[in-house]
Amino acid sequence: MSFFSEALWVLLLGSLLGLELIGKVPPTLHTPLMSGANAISGITMLAALTLIIKSGDNLPLLIIGSISLGFALFNVIGGFLVTDRMLAMFSRKKTRK
Amino acid sequence: MTFIAPVKFAIDLLAVLLLALGIKGLSKVRSAREANRLAAIAMILAAFGVLLNSQGTIGISTSSWIWIICGTLIGGFLGALTAKRVPMTAMPEIVALFNGCGGMSSLLVALGVALFPSADSSDGVVGELIRNFSIVVSLFVGAITFSGSIVAMAKLQGWLSTPSWTQSKARHFFNILCAVIALIGGIYLSIDGQNGLFLIVVASSLLGIGVTLPIGGADMPVVISLLNSYSGVAAAAAGFVVGSQLLIVAGAMVGAAGLILTQVMCDGMNRSLVSVLFGGALGASSAASGGGGEYTNITSCSPEECALTLEAAERVVIVPGYGLAVAQAQHTLREVTRVLESADIEVTYAIHPVAGRMPGHMNVLLAEADVPYEQLKEMDVINPEFPATDVVLVLGANDVVNPQAKNDQTSPLYGMPVLDVQEARTVFVVKRGMSAGYSGIKNDLFDLQNTSMVFGDAKKILGDLLLELKELGVGSKGKN
Repeated sequence: MSFFSEALWVLLLGSLLGLELIGKVPPTLHTPLMSGANAISGITMLAALTLIIKSGDNLPLLIIGSISLGFALFNVIGGFLVTDRMLAMFSRKKTRK
Repeated sequence: MTFIAPVKFAIDLLAVLLLALGIKGLSKVRSAREANRLAAIAMILAAFGVLLNSQGTIGISTSSWIWIICGTLIGGFLGALTAKRVPMTAMPEIVALFNGCGGMSSLLVALGVALFPSADSSDGVVGELIRNFSIVVSLFVGAITFSGSIVAMAKLQGWLSTPSWTQSKARHFFNILCAVIALIGGIYLSIDGQNGLFLIVVASSLLGIGVTLPIGGADMPVVISLLNSYSGVAAAAAGFVVGSQLLIVAGAMVGAAGLILTQVMCDGMNRSLVSVLFGGALGASSAASGGGGEYTNITSCSPEECALTLEAAERVVIVPGYGLAVAQAQHTLREVTRVLESADIEVTYAIHPVAGRMPGHMNVLLAEADVPYEQLKEMDVINPEFPATDVVLVLGANDVVNPQAKNDQTSPLYGMPVLDVQEARTVFVVKRGMSAGYSGIKNDLFDLQNTSMVFGDAKKILGDLLLELKELGVGSKGKN
């Protein structure tokens, strides 16, 4: 039970932090911010990892975990790279100026 | 062995800190790129922490390693490939796709845990109930995120249209039915941890489709942003399922931040979240009631005339829209503006908050074409400047320059912030045909005296315009 009560506190504080983090966002950054936040939501890869590790060599579980991990990493790696690609275009302009 | 737990703890703390700094930094132009990298580093750290801790405590079996590496390589490779290949115009679709996969991942974790419950359920009755409940949430939100995102992507790509039944009241019935079935499945599963599993998955997938399908293209970015927030919630729920606090913090942060971002976007588009979700496609239901009518006074002209007018201008404002991006004409546009600038004509770009297909999308596209950042003016800045503008060039934009939004109270667009291009001396609208914009509403601008239509593909017209300008000798005088 102690994990869950702690976890609920964590959930609450994490949500409050998230609400505060994004204040005024310039419109230019809406798209990159969305795709960046999207990449972070792929953090669920940790759950997939844990699932695989704790599977106890149960094959179906390994497969489910692995597919899940694949989906999550598709999200994470794709998300960060595409965000970087967008942001690189903004920063390039500034250095050249 | 004994030092691993504190190390893992430190890594987790560091990862959360970096993630928070990353999200924070992503909302400032100056720090955005570093922030994105920080967040990426945080993710690597977090994964490393999990691996280290597991290896040190329970050990990771060889077969586990093999499956981990397989999943990582395949998913990572496909993700990297997609990210490199995708054209900037398809950005909204691709965010939706990535997001859907995140949701799918959470769903699969919950599915795995529910199908093969581990023996170490030492949490007591209450703990078990909470765990089952987290599984339900994870399945429910994960399935909605996945199916909703895929529908959003398909609609943006034009693979799916809006079926007419989704505009009727029937869809509310359908959605409520799905929600109720999912709820029943959820209650079952919460109690005994097995039954109702697939009931939830199927019903919530259908719910995701049913909610997303009726939403029109213009509102889709808001939906994607909302689904993005959901995938954070799904991740947090998965965190409860596998017992990872880091996952809970990160998921909660993304979920909450995504909600704020959704709200910001809604404000920019002058739409309320409720009307986006339950109002259906903007034009489809309301085009008949208001804002309809025929065009009476269309003037069309050739690129040549357009070039002559541009040559005589001193201040030119470009209004880029999604049509420009579709035609991949931003580079040709840049050529044209270079010529104009070299003839000492002042060129600025008026960026509507929702230009392109997603807030900020147009800025990305123009940045790709090397347009200087400081030439992009936001709506509030540029609107007072239109009366002093000689020529406005509207490229593939429609609803965002519709004066109906200001003048016609019966128009469905009424109240939406628009660019006041009609205040300028001459307006050229480059457009493929007379078809309506996303909203499906007639644009009064096209009927005005000072508006001329230049029909054709934006890239071709701009190419012609470039040739005409060069023939007129615009820009070459300055250099000689």
